[in-house]
Amino acid sequence: MSYLKPTLHHPKLPTNALGLTRRDYEGSISTLCAGCGHDSISAAIVQAVWELSIPPHRVAKLSGIGCSSKTPDYFLGASHGFNSVHGRMPSVLTGASLANRDLIYLGVSGDGDSASIGLGQFAHLMRRGVNMTYIVENNGVYGLTKGQFSATSDKGSKARKGAVNTDEPIDLVALALELGATFVARSFSGDKNQLVPLIKGALTHQGVAFIDCISPCVAFNNHEGSTKSYDYVREHNEAVNRLDVFFDRMPITASYAPGEMIEVTQHDGSVLRMRKLHEEHDPTDRVAALNYLARHKAMGEIVTGLLYVDPHPEDLHHHLGTVATPLNRLDDAALCPGAAALEEINAALR
Amino acid sequence: MLPLKATNDFVVKFANVNGSGSASANQLFAKAILRMGIPIASRNIFPSNIQGLPTWFEVRVSGEGHLGRRGGVDMAVAMNPQTWDRDVAEIEPGGYLVYDSTKPLPASRFRDDITVLGVPLTELCNARYADARQRQLFKNIMYVGALSSLLGIDPAVVERLLAEQYRGKEKLAASNREAFHIGRDWAAAHLAPIGLRLERADKVGNRIYVDGNSAAALGAVYGGATVCAWYPITPSTSLAEAFERYCRRFRTDPDQRKRYAIVQAEDELASLGIVIGASWNGARAFTATSGPGISLMQEFVGLSYFAEIPAVIFDVQRAGPSTGMPTRTQQSDILAAAYASHGDTKHVLLLPEDPRECFDFGAAAFDLADRLQTTVFVMLDLDIGMNDWLCEPFAWDDAKRMDRGKVMTAEMLEAGATFGRYLDVDGDGIPYRTYPGTHPTKGAFFTRGTSRDRFAKYTEHGPAYVDNMQRLLRKFETAKTLVPAPIERKASRATPYGVIYYGSTSAAMREALVGLEEDGIHLDAMRIRAFPFHDDVGRFIAAHETVFVVEQNRDAQLRTLITTECGIDPARLVPILHYDGTPITARFIRAAIGRHASALDVVPLRRTVP
Repeated sequence: MSYLKPTLHHPKLPTNALGLTRRDYEGSISTLCAGCGHDSISAAIVQAVWELSIPPHRVAKLSGIGCSSKTPDYFLGASHGFNSVHGRMPSVLTGASLANRDLIYLGVSGDGDSASIGLGQFAHLMRRGVNMTYIVENNGVYGLTKGQFSATSDKGSKARKGAVNTDEPIDLVALALELGATFVARSFSGDKNQLVPLIKGALTHQGVAFIDCISPCVAFNNHEGSTKSYDYVREHNEAVNRLDVFFDRMPITASYAPGEMIEVTQHDGSVLRMRKLHEEHDPTDRVAALNYLARHKAMGEIVTGLLYVDPHPEDLHHHLGTVATPLNRLDDAALCPGAAALEEINAALR
Repeated sequence: MLPLKATNDFVVKFANVNGSGSASANQLFAKAILRMGIPIASRNIFPSNIQGLPTWFEVRVSGEGHLGRRGGVDMAVAMNPQTWDRDVAEIEPGGYLVYDSTKPLPASRFRDDITVLGVPLTELCNARYADARQRQLFKNIMYVGALSSLLGIDPAVVERLLAEQYRGKEKLAASNREAFHIGRDWAAAHLAPIGLRLERADKVGNRIYVDGNSAAALGAVYGGATVCAWYPITPSTSLAEAFERYCRRFRTDPDQRKRYAIVQAEDELASLGIVIGASWNGARAFTATSGPGISLMQEFVGLSYFAEIPAVIFDVQRAGPSTGMPTRTQQSDILAAAYASHGDTKHVLLLPEDPRECFDFGAAAFDLADRLQTTVFVMLDLDIGMNDWLCEPFAWDDAKRMDRGKVMTAEMLEAGATFGRYLDVDGDGIPYRTYPGTHPTKGAFFTRGTSRDRFAKYTEHGPAYVDNMQRLLRKFETAKTLVPAPIERKASRATPYGVIYYGSTSAAMREALVGLEEDGIHLDAMRIRAFPFHDDVGRFIAAHETVFVVEQNRDAQLRTLITTECGIDPARLVPILHYDGTPITARFIRAAIGRHASALDVVPLRRTVP
């Protein structure tokens, strides 16, 4: 069910550069379970888009099917949304992006949607470098169908009723790195301070940006023995860095030891400033990021933070060489060769 | 047995090995006849293979202008030892066999009721060329030369075609010319004139010779498609490739940037997903596929229907089921397309008869999809799609503009228009839509494959669902008035019998109607060009006691669709079905209808036994 929220709000709510409050970025009331990690991610999306002062209607939000895919209804109510087909958000979003390169594309998916039924489309979207933010709300379980293991469930993780998963998990972060994603991060729905800047960085990134966000399912996967519970993730979370996203180069107020700070300036002028928490991790080296990930996974850590960013990403429109004008705005004159050209074609076919 | 005698009315069949370079020589032969003003119908019969397997090219010369496949072979050009026996056996009694006589063959390999014309092609080639590939390629041009002498093709026409084909490559043109004349001169010197002759005529007019896939792709360019997502599958691949070719020519900016986007997707699911995403966002988008692709796209087709997002699917039909017979033609996706997806769905189908209609319908499909906000299938088949057909030239009215359908703009929203995404404001069942990003505060909605009310709000309320499904039916009624109407052709006298046909059957049907009249069987004919069916279809059936429905599938799919959708007693529709993977022939239709007609007690005035 969707409910209309009252639009009244406190007159002193802070506004962004567009004069909009956070309330202007909200959507319908969530119908997910109380305490669901996905609601925290929706709130982080609202916060990030508001902080970036993006006009809500310039965002297109797309999803597949599942609990996570329901969430686009719960944020950015002034944006067009598309709750498509299970596992097929990547193709629908790819098409949308081809039609209008001027909008900002946000794809929300889950671990069933992206790692099981939609793994193929996930992979090919990463390969093509569609300019978008791809968030997987990863709870390791099928929520809407009540508690089956998903493809990201860790081997040995226990279901609520006691069954133990014996299949190897799919690590979407490793896959995204392997397949050429140009912004790759992992976060935790319970760590808003980490998540909001990562979403901001992803939204300003002009290529395919992937965030695997672990998001515990309070109904089916938050018990003892689960590796996607709030407690387990908090205990094993190892952040590699802390990110801040700026548009104006702000002075660095704290003092850092050399090498402790990494700055990446993106195409749109935004600056990603990362304070290193793990010295050996270099977020601008894809191969090193993969190695780091593999090593620390073996140590039982859940590595979070901005794992890799390419400051010079290329996207699908660049590869296809499309015109700057969005294709959906081209008129008859730009598209139809006309009768004279057709006569030439006819002549060559006689 | 007397040798066959015919002028401008015979069938030549070339038996080749694929990958041997025969295709362009055969094309040259076909085009030369056309340039002499004589209509032809040509068909490739080819395997799903790149090199080494048998392939055939059939040219029906028809001064009368019959463009369907005739059946039977009057002259075989047997260049493939592997299929020799079959090729020789197929020749009509009194027919001709042209073969490479370099190596002597025992008499047992021939027939005594045909005229055997040996040309030592390999010997001639080896004498002239040292390079193995040249020996192979020029052998093909040489037999065209020999045929030109035997049948009376004007060498000037061939020389002109070679000059056009190799414009700017004079060396190639010259060597082809030479090979052509070696073959021609040898035949002139060594072979006696035969009974099959070509005589200049004026029966081609300004018609063009083109394949349906290219024509449909060109239609998509003229129809304003900007996004094409596809997955390679025979026999539709050349449609997407032609779209790319035409776009490169017509839609490239001076700085080389493209006013189009083509994605070769990972599968057919992604292809249609991309199309739906692009259309949702206001671009015109299409995919091209065949039966197996249609199977994979089912879920997305339902989404397009229910979420009301335009999509154009070119289905170049081939034989099925499963992944069967990729290089053979059929009209066997009619039901799969008409009722694609789960739940209650039905879809618009356009049924072009030849490349000219592939172009027209290919362009119109985008207006229809936008106007109706749903999937439109353009149902080609391999016979139309991959063969060159003689058809009316393409035509375009420069005053024509794209009909983007009911799209609410920022200005309309600003002026206070009520926007309900699924609200039927005009009574035609078609609601307004908005493109993403239209207005800062108005017109946004959440697109769902699940149920919603008239204002796109989620609901599982039964009456709201029914309300919406009823509106979708009203929209389908509206579609009837927008799709191409059927075309009727009256018999020369009043008759209680009718025949319904569609698509690539048309050429054979037209010819069969002439023959059936000769047999004393008179039929009013209706060519159906689209689904949903125009009201005229029901009227036509009601006006006749019995109506034959001629199709190229096993299960009489269009007949099923007619009986279901028009509430017709199936007993009144007699199926005439051809589905062996070869294009239907006039001979087949004439014989099949003739058999039924005598069973139905039609007393022929004059029966001619062919």
